[in-house]
Amino acid sequence: MIHFKHILLVLSLVAISCNDTSKKDSETAEADILENTDSEKISDMSIYNLPSQWTTQDGNEIELKELKGKVLAMVMIYTSCQAACPRLVADMRNIEKQIPEDKKNDVQYVFVSIDPETDTPERLTAFAKENEMEEDKWLFLRGTEEDTREFAAVLAVNYKEISPIDFSHSNIISVFDQGGELAHQQEGLGVDNKETVQTIIDLAK
Amino acid sequence: MVTVKGGVYLPLYGAADQLIDVDSFMMDVLPVTNTDYLKFVQENPKWKKSNVKALFADKSYLAKWTDDTSFTGLPDAPVNNVSWFAAKKYCECQGKRLPTMDEWEFAAMANEDVQDARKIKSYNQYILNWYEAPRTYNKSVGSTFKNYWGIYDLHGLVWEWTQDFNSVLISGESRKDQDKDSNLFCGSAAIGASDLMNYAAFMRYAFRGSMKARYSSQNLGFRCAKDIEKLDVGQKDL
Repeated sequence: MIHFKHILLVLSLVAISCNDTSKKDSETAEADILENTDSEKISDMSIYNLPSQWTTQDGNEIELKELKGKVLAMVMIYTSCQAACPRLVADMRNIEKQIPEDKKNDVQYVFVSIDPETDTPERLTAFAKENEMEEDKWLFLRGTEEDTREFAAVLAVNYKEISPIDFSHSNIISVFDQGGELAHQQEGLGVDNKETVQTIIDLAK
Repeated sequence: MVTVKGGVYLPLYGAADQLIDVDSFMMDVLPVTNTDYLKFVQENPKWKKSNVKALFADKSYLAKWTDDTSFTGLPDAPVNNVSWFAAKKYCECQGKRLPTMDEWEFAAMANEDVQDARKIKSYNQYILNWYEAPRTYNKSVGSTFKNYWGIYDLHGLVWEWTQDFNSVLISGESRKDQDKDSNLFCGSAAIGASDLMNYAAFMRYAFRGSMKARYSSQNLGFRCAKDIEKLDVGQKDL
């Protein structure tokens, strides 16, 4: 009898976890249908297929999908980073500067933390403030460790924790179109961003 | 699944001389097979070859399957040509997860007799012989040795996805990264007893570093792992 209970318990656990996924799947399917009727389907290669939840620097919970409709420039950083991240932040600012006024509203600049444990919303807010990036166009996101790993996988950003305050990571700025498809990636620090800027300008309305 | 008792180990790859703590965990005894995977896609049609979203799997996903429900090769050969996303979802659907790279490496440093066989010549020679053998992905699971933990096929059939495969920073594309892993290349400078070991593991890490999450390869399969919970005492009765 005891064995039987265990089996039931284990089976129900397995069932729950897969149900969760299928529930998610059907929710996504419903969302797909809704999008379809909206004549704006999420394409196969869109990052809006990712179901993950994120917290912004203001403590708001958002799904990536909510960013749909804007051109995104995205980079993965962590706030305690001493070496590369200030450069990446500068690179993002530099890109933003080169976007013409009439297109600025169509572009969202997104920083995703690879160190969600340290980078609380408070920390992200402070970071935004320090870098004078408090306007709406600068968005700072923090997710679960698992979703972050998945998101990095999508961006092909590799990272590894070296110590609790130090990570090594790929320095990649990614540009996504309004539908969430990857349009361009620039890799490296302080590299020529002409192509990145041009991609954004071409996409933005 | 079997329990792998945690411990401390020095990975070949990582911060210099930094010992890594691995908590006890459970791991599948065998890699996921074609038959297992077929059941998964039947229960989760979104992961069928014709349905899978391109974001989650490239064109070589289940490349050798003739249609959505027909694999080629042995039913009990390890499933291959699956993306990281697919492997991850499969494990989630079993109430499990992919092993972390440290868990995988920790379990895989065992030979038949000891937990850490990495300095034993025959262990390394086995891995290198495998690298030279063609089409090992066509063999049945369980056809290699049973290691110290009771786990089969960590070496000998296919490489396996790990949860954090993308923490390896040595692909050609990451050459521009601030922090190259020169650690990995040090092996080539030293001629010594650890060369075989370094080479065998280097190949594995380099392969991981070259993969992207939507890629799939015929030399790459997976197995699942799980945290140890009190509940598992009950599960052992199964």
